[in-house]
Amino acid sequence: MKNKTSSLPQEGEARPSRCPDNSAFKQQKLPAWKPQLTIAAVLSSFFLTGVFCLSVGVCLIMSANSVREIQIDYSDKCSDCSKLRENSSNWNKECHCSVNFMLKEDILGDVFMYYGLQNFYQNHRRYVISRSDAQLLGRNVNIQKSYCAPFTTYRNGTPMAPCGAIANSMFNDTIDLFYNLNSSVIQVPLLKTGNSWWTDKNVKFRNPKSYNLSSAFAGTARPPYWQKPVYLLDEEDERNNGYVNDDFIIWMRVSAFATFRNLYRRVRRIRQFADGLPAGNYTFHISYNFPVTKFKGRKHVILSTVVWSGGSNPFLGIAYVVSGTAATLTEDI
Amino acid sequence: MSFFSRNEKKYISRYWKEVKVGDFVQLRCNEIIPADILLLSSSDPDGLCHIETANLDGETNLKQRQVVRRFLELVKFDPLKFTSVIECEKPNNDLSRFQGYIVHKSGKKDGLFKENLLLRGCTIRNTEEVAGIVIYAGHETKALLNNNGPRYKRSKLERQMNADVLWCVLILLIMCLFSAIGHGLWVWQYAEKKKPIFDLPGPDGKYLSPVLASVYLFLTVIIVFQVMIPISLYVSIEIVKICQVYFIHQDKDLYDEETDSQLQCRALNITEDLGQVQFIFSDKTGTLTENKMVFRRCTVSGIEYSHDDNGELMIFFFYLTIEKDITPDPSLLEKVNECAKHLEVMRSHEQPLSHLSPELCDIFDFFIALTICNTVVVTAPNHRLTSGSNSSSSSSLATSKSMHRFGVLSSTSTDSTLLKLEEKLTYSAQMNNNGYSSQQGRTAVGSGPGEGELRYEAESPDEAALVYAARAYNCSLVGRLSDQVSVELPHLGTLSFEVLHTLGFDSVRKRMSVVVRHPLTDEINVYTKGADSVIMDLLLPCSSDDPWGKHQKKIQSKTQNYLNLYAVDGLRTLCIAKRVLSKEEYACWLKSHLEAESSIENREELLFQSALRIEKNLHLLGATGIEDRLQDGVPETIANLRKAGLQIWVLTGDKQETAVNIAYACKLLDHDEEIITLNAESPETCAVLLEQCLQCVESKFSNTTIDEAAGNMTVGFTPLYPPSSPVLSSLGLVIDGRTLAYALEPTLEDKFLALAKRCRSVLCCRSTPLQKSMVVKLVRDKLKAMTLAIGDGANDVSMIQVADVGVGISGQEGMQAVMASDFAIPRFRHLEKLLLVHGHWCYSRLANMVLYFFYKNAMFVALLFWYQFYCGFSGSSMVDQWYLIFFNLLFSSLPQLITGVLDKDVPAEVLITVPQLYKSGQNMEEYKPHMFWMNMIDAMYQSLVCFFIPYFTYYDSDVDIFSWGTPITTIALFTIMLHLAIETKTWTFLHWSSCIFSILLFFFVALVYNASCPVCHPPSNPYWTMERLMGDPMFYFTCIISPVVALLPRYSIFSHLQLGRQLSKLSPQNRTQLLTKLNVRRQTQSFADSFSPSLVSYASDCYKACNQSAPLPTSPQTSESLFQKHPKAEHTTDQTVAASPEGAVLYGENKLPSSASSLERSTGFHEVRHGTSEMESLPVGAAFPWSSAVDQADFSLLKWISSTPLFSRIGTVLQVSSSSLQNEPQDSMCVLGSSLHVDFKGLKEQSSNNLQDKMKGTPADYCKNDNSETTFL
Repeated sequence: MKNKTSSLPQEGEARPSRCPDNSAFKQQKLPAWKPQLTIAAVLSSFFLTGVFCLSVGVCLIMSANSVREIQIDYSDKCSDCSKLRENSSNWNKECHCSVNFMLKEDILGDVFMYYGLQNFYQNHRRYVISRSDAQLLGRNVNIQKSYCAPFTTYRNGTPMAPCGAIANSMFNDTIDLFYNLNSSVIQVPLLKTGNSWWTDKNVKFRNPKSYNLSSAFAGTARPPYWQKPVYLLDEEDERNNGYVNDDFIIWMRVSAFATFRNLYRRVRRIRQFADGLPAGNYTFHISYNFPVTKFKGRKHVILSTVVWSGGSNPFLGIAYVVSGTAATLTEDI
Repeated sequence: MSFFSRNEKKYISRYWKEVKVGDFVQLRCNEIIPADILLLSSSDPDGLCHIETANLDGETNLKQRQVVRRFLELVKFDPLKFTSVIECEKPNNDLSRFQGYIVHKSGKKDGLFKENLLLRGCTIRNTEEVAGIVIYAGHETKALLNNNGPRYKRSKLERQMNADVLWCVLILLIMCLFSAIGHGLWVWQYAEKKKPIFDLPGPDGKYLSPVLASVYLFLTVIIVFQVMIPISLYVSIEIVKICQVYFIHQDKDLYDEETDSQLQCRALNITEDLGQVQFIFSDKTGTLTENKMVFRRCTVSGIEYSHDDNGELMIFFFYLTIEKDITPDPSLLEKVNECAKHLEVMRSHEQPLSHLSPELCDIFDFFIALTICNTVVVTAPNHRLTSGSNSSSSSSLATSKSMHRFGVLSSTSTDSTLLKLEEKLTYSAQMNNNGYSSQQGRTAVGSGPGEGELRYEAESPDEAALVYAARAYNCSLVGRLSDQVSVELPHLGTLSFEVLHTLGFDSVRKRMSVVVRHPLTDEINVYTKGADSVIMDLLLPCSSDDPWGKHQKKIQSKTQNYLNLYAVDGLRTLCIAKRVLSKEEYACWLKSHLEAESSIENREELLFQSALRIEKNLHLLGATGIEDRLQDGVPETIANLRKAGLQIWVLTGDKQETAVNIAYACKLLDHDEEIITLNAESPETCAVLLEQCLQCVESKFSNTTIDEAAGNMTVGFTPLYPPSSPVLSSLGLVIDGRTLAYALEPTLEDKFLALAKRCRSVLCCRSTPLQKSMVVKLVRDKLKAMTLAIGDGANDVSMIQVADVGVGISGQEGMQAVMASDFAIPRFRHLEKLLLVHGHWCYSRLANMVLYFFYKNAMFVALLFWYQFYCGFSGSSMVDQWYLIFFNLLFSSLPQLITGVLDKDVPAEVLITVPQLYKSGQNMEEYKPHMFWMNMIDAMYQSLVCFFIPYFTYYDSDVDIFSWGTPITTIALFTIMLHLAIETKTWTFLHWSSCIFSILLFFFVALVYNASCPVCHPPSNPYWTMERLMGDPMFYFTCIISPVVALLPRYSIFSHLQLGRQLSKLSPQNRTQLLTKLNVRRQTQSFADSFSPSLVSYASDCYKACNQSAPLPTSPQTSESLFQKHPKAEHTTDQTVAASPEGAVLYGENKLPSSASSLERSTGFHEVRHGTSEMESLPVGAAFPWSSAVDQADFSLLKWISSTPLFSRIGTVLQVSSSSLQNEPQDSMCVLGSSLHVDFKGLKEQSSNNLQDKMKGTPADYCKNDNSETTFL
């Protein structure tokens, strides 16, 4: 490159037409930062990462540990009912069972009641799409064009409301919680609204407009597995009935895994439950409708509190601690 | 273009597409010819038509075409009266040939030649109007038949990539098969009666059988996982390559001011091949040299005129067009003037020419021959486009005259009485009347030769050089018509020579001749100009009896001596000779020649024979030496390219002496080198020769004595420079065309290649274009090497097309090479930056991008695959469909493109100063086959992390599928961005902004999409998901930890890399102290400095492993085990140093962690060399001081090494080793080998003098020894 400089066109001269511009971009000489890590920078980067992860991890673990959670598997305790439900012809027979448990300590704060399902593949590809969002918005649409098949219409052409497999397979056990205080049985007051996302309740789900709900759903039929039509989901509360029923909305939010829980009720903090659930003996009264034996599933009912970092799962905290330790160790190596 | 309409009986305008065979077409000046047209009429009085063929061959000089003979006689061509029948050959692609004949109504036949044909694509110049009949039209024209269409080359990297794409397909199929089987089993576990509520029946209410379900699922997941096949990779690569081409275009270092031309990338898809070239095949003329011929020397009548001034002039006025400015040799000029004076006197006294002394006569003839024996066209610069009107102004007179003249000339009569004085008078009268030539001539002379009023356009530059040279001696060519040449002479004025015939140059005859009638003597002279080897054989045999013959013989031998001298100086030599024909001889020859000319079949052969008949018994006038100057910077470029590990072969058509001299001049051959010259007369001798050379070379490589080997080589092996040291110096191979032809026979090509491979440089002389391409093909196919061919002329086209990368020099010899090339550069020296910088960058950028792409796709698809385990292999995806589509398209595409276009692993200056870095491309170090799998494993690891951290975090929670899938998408995006950030070596604001833009774009799209209407995107409905997630601290915690864990291995390796560099940048003082300490200790410990080869190779394996940028959790263990292994090896080799097969000099670098003091580090350097006997014989003691001397010297070296990122990887090793050392005893040795391509010259300079003596001869060897192992300790 002996003549490199001499062959370059002089600045200010009238350049020949074909000479490329001497701009930093075109000559690939843009100011660039070459990461030059010093020992100190590398060590401190590892160290800081490690410290950060460790501290976050400790916080997360502590907060996860502060969560009180009790999980009761009632799929075996109600074996009679489960046998009854194995035969689908008994669909309209009622079956109740009760599960007793004891709280050794108080559960303070907001207590959430979940139902948990195992082995229920709500994330199956064809199951996930089997719904009609337009129908759930209360629009009078032709659900034949939706993904609801085969739960679209009955043979006689009556459309299902709501259509689709998700809605059809809705969890329909009713669970009530009773507090056994000195031989008296007090029903724990539970809130059945306010459990779903606000946007779901107010934007994504709408009942068809009519003077009353039953007329709004006139001309439709309940899904085949349901025991009652959609406008009877909650007869007490008009604003929790039909498509905007919280239990229904929560069920329609398909879970990511085959083992999941859905929020069912919240303990209403009044009277002796103002601080949460006091220690003592409790009983779940379960109206057992949802069959799980077919797919070797299990059903749980879970009472849990919630903290800022989510539930009782300590994994994230552990992950932070482990990776923090790893980063710190890498630095030492 | 006007097209003759029979109906309207006049020319009308038509589109090109309407031109059909048989149409009459009229064209005007500056129009482009629409079809191959037989020229029937021209406005030119002589029936000539000038065309410019730049569109066909790039040559800008004008060519003459002639009206078909019989049509010349017509005063006005009328298409309606055309009744002849034309027969011609079928359409073919040979531009230089056309045969046919025209049968007139009268039954007479005329031959049609290429001079009658106007080819499509050419432009009419200097001729007002021509008319002709279309012979070939459309796709049958020669121009279109020559157009083979674009050639598709696929780069080596792309071929390699395609193999890996196939692996991707295989991985995809395996994943799909796995999913399908999994789904089959999942369906099968639910018996027919117990179908779960979530396993939906089909629309008809029936369940699929497990087998059918798995078949359907197989097809489904192919769609889901199809991102695995990187279709977008091809698009991205195209974009990146276009940008790379743009940047190569814009590099102003590749711009040549002189010619105002810059690099042209004509192939867009092989930029990265520039970074992997192993062999360069170069043309010589015009490529290594300027191809600006300068008349340097001449010898006339055995007297040499050296023209010394020209050499000096050239140095000072290099950028001037020196071929025109020739300083005449004073003595010769004087003689010319004297001669001219004599002539003038003679002419005025009507004396015969023979009174002139033979020498002066020769000089006169010599210059006449220089001036007229060529095909140079004279143009006045301002005259070129307007000459049409000029000629038409005097048309009435000229036409009648030329009619008359042509009548004579074209007559088949051989009657010599036609050549009468009367005719001569006509000419002189015409000369005076013809304003064109005489007028022009006067002005040229009057205004002095320096002003260059006249421009000479020659087909080859040496012709022009000769004409300019003659002009310097006041013998200037002032006009050339088809049948006459006007020469302006001092004192004599303008002489016009009637050109009877021009026997053009061809490569078989290697000469050209003109047959002229001398205006002064009225003799018929043949002037021949050609290669000395042929001319010397055609000279008139002179008996040594008579004094004249003796004199001639002396002149011949003298001339031959000078010619040899010229060749040694690297000059192109030409011999000029003359023959005087008697009228009878001429008449006799003319008869046969005319027969040959008018024959239709076999015309070329007959003309060739005819030329042979006249070019004999020549009288030698003299010889010229024309210098073909080396281009600027060629030796430096060749040296640098060679340092970069490129093997340079020169394939030239020149003769051996010239080629060898040029090779020495451009440092291709070194005077220290041994030159093997292969000149064989027959295939048998060639075979023997090859065998002997090969044996010799083999034996030399195995270190037997050279004397013996050289003794064996009696035929061809000529060690020009006996080696001064027993160390083998490099070899050069020179082979001539004939031998090359034998060597390229299938039986010998392997041997030839084996020999050539051993040689540092190979020079093939006298090779034909076909041979050039055969050599390239041989190397390309047999050695599986990446080849680059560079040339500038039409003779290099085949070579350029055969090579993997064809480079054309947009130089003097037209555009054909450029048209065939992939890259066209203005100068040879630009090759350096093109290869070393742009090639390296393009290769490393693309290789890294391809690998990154594979990683990215695999990582993203693996996320979906892991999910199949948790959704019953049902093919569902937690990532929303729009994210799936946009992830590759929008969110992650821009940063990698920016990195692929702009990343610079090594700055340009370093790449130029350390050409050895180029080897990384040759050895495919950026993208080795296993790197694909390393990246796949890394992708799998990262996707496992990115999947399972969110999975376990949200396990058994009320998370819904998209609230869980969106964080995964985010995590995947962060991870691949950070991955790219680790891979990116230099950061400009474009990198930053692209990364930030991508991430912001993702959030923006996600927020907008999730806030848009809830029913717009069935079946997925992620309404408000992102908004809600962003209010959830868990989202942030997950998104922070997952990329950190995923990239921790890669980052730690990366930072170790960086740390290693830091380590070697310790202040020299500290290090010297530590090193000397260490050395003292080592010597007292009688430290052994030899390694078992296995250990070394093991160490280098380890290095390679560390070299991977993929996470290698095992590498520390590997090195640890190595360290544990080493002390044992040390013990065993302790006593066997001298006997060790591999002489090894050890020098170490050690990091000795001390608990009490601050870090005590010592660096060192260890070198293992293979196979040099000298090192074997060196006692350990002798080798050891050297190593300690290097201690002092190596800091700069180390610093320098570490300043180049490529070498910084060694630092990794260093760091890893030092860290593992903590558990080892302080003085335990850890060895890590790496192949380092280091120029040890710097080392040599800095080592002490006594050591230099000891190491004499070896440093050079170091430079070449690619296998030299460097070990850090």
